[in-house]
Amino acid sequence: MNTPISWIKAYVPDLDVTAQEFVDAMTLSGSHVEGYEQKDKNLDKIVVGKILTMEKHPDADKLVVCQVDVGQAEPLQIVTGAKNVKVDDLIPLVLDGGKVAAAHGDNNEYPDGIKIKKGKLRGVESNGMMCGIEELGSSRDFYPEAPEDGVYVFPVESGVKPGDDAVKALGLDDVVVEYEITSNRVDCFSMIGMAREAAATFDKPFYPPVVTKTGNDEDVNDYISVEVKDPDLCPRYTARVVKNLKIGPSPKWMQQRLASQGIRSINNLVDITNYVMEEYGQPMHAYDLSTIAGNKIVVRRANDGDTFVTLDGQERKLDHDVLMICDGEKEIGIAGIMGGENSMVTDSIETLLFEAACFDGTNIRLSSRRIGLATDAAAKFTKGLDPNLAMEAIDRACQLIEEMGAGEVVGGAVDVYPNPVQDKKLPFEPDKMNALLGTDVEPEKMLYYFGRLGLTYDAETNTLDVPSFRQDLNCMADLAEEVARFYGYDNIPVSLPRGEATVGKLPYDQMINAIARDVLEANGFSGGMCYSFESPKVFDKLLLPADSEFRKTVTIANPLGEDFSIMRTVSLNGVLTSLATNYNRKNKIARLYEFGNVYLPKALPLTELPEERMKLTIGMYGQGDFFDLKGVLEELTDKVGLKGQVTYEPESEYTFLHPGRQAKLKKGKLTIGFIGQVHPEVCDNYNLKGEVYVAVIDMPTLVMLSSFDIKYEGIAKFPGSTRDLSLVVDKEIFVGQIEEVIKKCGGKLLESYKLFDVYEGEQIAKGKKSVAYTMTFRAKDRTLETSEVDGIIAKILKELSKLGIEIRA
Amino acid sequence: MKDKLEAIKAEALAKIESAEVVSTLNDVKVAILGKKGELTQVLKSMKDVAPEDRPKVGQMVNEARQAIETALDEKTKSINRALRAEKMKRETIDVTLPGVKKLTGHRHPNQIALEDLERVFIGMGYEIVEGPEVEYDKYNFELLNIPANHPAKDEQDTFYVTKDILLRTQTSPVQARIMEKGNLPIRILSPGRVFRADEVDATHSPSFHQVEGLVIDKGITMADLKGTLAQWAKEFFGENTKVKFRPHHFPFTEPSAECDITCFKCGGKGCRVCKGSGWIEILGCGMVHPKVLRDCGIDPEVYSGFAFGIGLERVTLLKYEIDDMRLLYENDMRFLDQF
Repeated sequence: MNTPISWIKAYVPDLDVTAQEFVDAMTLSGSHVEGYEQKDKNLDKIVVGKILTMEKHPDADKLVVCQVDVGQAEPLQIVTGAKNVKVDDLIPLVLDGGKVAAAHGDNNEYPDGIKIKKGKLRGVESNGMMCGIEELGSSRDFYPEAPEDGVYVFPVESGVKPGDDAVKALGLDDVVVEYEITSNRVDCFSMIGMAREAAATFDKPFYPPVVTKTGNDEDVNDYISVEVKDPDLCPRYTARVVKNLKIGPSPKWMQQRLASQGIRSINNLVDITNYVMEEYGQPMHAYDLSTIAGNKIVVRRANDGDTFVTLDGQERKLDHDVLMICDGEKEIGIAGIMGGENSMVTDSIETLLFEAACFDGTNIRLSSRRIGLATDAAAKFTKGLDPNLAMEAIDRACQLIEEMGAGEVVGGAVDVYPNPVQDKKLPFEPDKMNALLGTDVEPEKMLYYFGRLGLTYDAETNTLDVPSFRQDLNCMADLAEEVARFYGYDNIPVSLPRGEATVGKLPYDQMINAIARDVLEANGFSGGMCYSFESPKVFDKLLLPADSEFRKTVTIANPLGEDFSIMRTVSLNGVLTSLATNYNRKNKIARLYEFGNVYLPKALPLTELPEERMKLTIGMYGQGDFFDLKGVLEELTDKVGLKGQVTYEPESEYTFLHPGRQAKLKKGKLTIGFIGQVHPEVCDNYNLKGEVYVAVIDMPTLVMLSSFDIKYEGIAKFPGSTRDLSLVVDKEIFVGQIEEVIKKCGGKLLESYKLFDVYEGEQIAKGKKSVAYTMTFRAKDRTLETSEVDGIIAKILKELSKLGIEIRA
Repeated sequence: MKDKLEAIKAEALAKIESAEVVSTLNDVKVAILGKKGELTQVLKSMKDVAPEDRPKVGQMVNEARQAIETALDEKTKSINRALRAEKMKRETIDVTLPGVKKLTGHRHPNQIALEDLERVFIGMGYEIVEGPEVEYDKYNFELLNIPANHPAKDEQDTFYVTKDILLRTQTSPVQARIMEKGNLPIRILSPGRVFRADEVDATHSPSFHQVEGLVIDKGITMADLKGTLAQWAKEFFGENTKVKFRPHHFPFTEPSAECDITCFKCGGKGCRVCKGSGWIEILGCGMVHPKVLRDCGIDPEVYSGFAFGIGLERVTLLKYEIDDMRLLYENDMRFLDQF
């Protein structure tokens, strides 16, 4: 919403503040200002000049030397190259030391304008510069009378005289304010609405247009009848007729106000409908009455499959939910969106039918979207207009017709309004309002604020009468906001909630997350952030089989594109994509971790919310191998109380991992996650080269298993006994199998064991490897006998021999 | 006898004094105090001394022995000290050489900002609560006073899965879920991922994070809302931070406000970060709409409350002066390493 302050002042003439004061105060009272443009910001010392004489420049064919009357004793000598000026023309002239906004013939922007100094042009003195409309920072959109190329010449009827302030004369001493109007304030999408707010904000009198009675002695009902078949979609329809039309240009002030809204002047009739739309926020439409069959308007739904040509010449497809304006025979307009080609106003029009109606906002919004046609009118209706606006707006249009001499208004108006909207009555509850706001505003003061907004107080019933244009005021809290706005949000005191104390805390699962972050960061992994949605192509990239459960996804019905169309069921893609980004950007080492949900549908199609499971995804390349990453995972599980309880089971089920380098993290039967080297083919799919390692931890499982129930066990008092064991093992046997045996046979007396060597090569038979452990045995209550330890070792060796493992000679 | 002892002592002390290495001292020790040492020999010859003189001679021998031992001890220490000093001199290192660092990782800036934020509110008695990201229309819209056909529900803003299930567009549905449970009073902070159908560019992302706050109790006022957020702004952005509240509109709060803070870069003078205004728009807030309370089973005649929603990425971008939102999701190590 853009409003020129000059237009606001038309209704609030006492407004006397600077542009900055205006926007600051409006923002604080609730009309959020996005920005403002001071149109004369870069214009200085520009006056009206009258060209007295013109002579050829002695040394330049394309220049002329003029004597210009600028209201001073002596005329000024000005050299110009403009071709469109002649003697007696009144032109804007920037004097020596003045400023213009732009340069002639280039499209550069000059944020601080351009200084103009007197100087010599080809040896002849020039004391200023005649200005074109672009140099004045405007355009032919606002000043259609300006020449396409050349100096602006004031029309004779403008009545300006030499020496006048040209900026003022052109109306460029204005400020255009851009607001962000919230959707609840439908009334503020109009000049009158904004003026009412401005008047209330600055506590100045508000003078809305006085709409006078218009029309001749004839009766409109002799010209037209209206039938509304779907009053739910059209709560009100008003119509008036104007005959003996005189089509011509609208006055300059109207053209300029329309231009400030980005609306081009067409002719007086079209301009009036647009003007009233901006002034009241009520769209209007004009039909050529001679095209309306049967002198009849019918408002009804379209039939499915109908087509209709709108006045832009486009054929539109309709359906039963689109509301149409029809005459006695045919459809003549899409209600609230665009009129039809078959009834449009042309220069040959003699009699006009004005329509000002109220259409259901939601229906217009949905129809406009389905048809694919967005118009200014539709945008206004979409917000849900006050039906009480229609009659005032149509009367205003007729008033402008009469004032501008554009035609003869027929007496009376058609008004189909079966259920008139009444003003609301709300109880006046100052104590409750103060209690909600934490303020102590006197009731009289509140009533004063309400008065400024057009609400009236009935002392007898202690109620406030809320005009229908304030659709947003429906309860005490709404009224409290109005009090707060004008009392000033800044004046509301500052306090902290009292009452019952509450315990501030982080949930347990987030504490575990924080531990994981600390461990990972201490090991060189940085936190990343990845999208929750991705492309279904991810499954192929990860080599998941066609029947994989992971391919059953929560699918977005209206995604931004295929790449964002499914909610992820596996978490790896995000981290792999990020690793690839790093790889492509030649970062030598990348270590990333990410916390994020996967979304697992319980049934498809979705009837209930999917299961959201938090996954910790870890990925790295450039430094370190499987065992570096495994060490990090071990540190993580140790830190959450799972020391010595997590096993790594060799796996091959993860298609996206190297079949010989992957493992499941398990505690008992529960799977905590997996670790592995990314399958080379998957690396190819992501344009990653070299070895990439990843791990994914299922956080709900880790959280469930975590434990911080620690009890001090004392420090060993008795000496331990250490034994080394060097074994010859088949290559295929995993050390995990050996450790199972050591743990099982070692029992309580086994304090610790450590793998210290794995060797293949000379001295070891082919297909075998040498594995060496050091083990410490200790009893809590005594010194162990050598024979006890010997017994355990013998037991271990006996068990190992079942796996074909022998002690190394 | 006495002269002999004096001579032995003097010779020994002189040798000790002139010794340069510990081995010389050992030689002296053996030559004088050893089994066949000179002093030991004197002791052995005690039998030749008249019995009445023996105590006196004995005492003289002991005195000599003690003097020599003390001298040996001190000299040993002094030689060792000199040796160590020399060794340490050789061991001098260039302390300005770089330290040995292991690879360290970094928290994501968004996470740092979130944890800072959570810390402040936990201190004020707020419990951190999370809710589902794929959500029912009922919680995301209906219970928040955004009825069917409300423009905010437009497909162009909201990602839908089915007619009733969508990707939440705000963290506010957690409000409704918590209120519905009815355990009063409520003081929660709910951070999380939200989704809007915005194309990716420097200032937009179809997925971002909000942090929602909700307080419901008897007698909660708009003054409490202002005080709470002013307190947070000071803790989070610095002691001198001021807040400004402007009227705004949200369907689920009434009155509603937008909150600006004084620019933390320039302190309110106007700069590039605040686009010259001295203020930065930071969050939306308001008093929970009575209809929302009622629909969630709380009596608005007895209870009132406030809610606020902070755009986490916005805070992160501002705080760290990051000029492009896409950086947050690219996970380039050269970006992450800076936090």
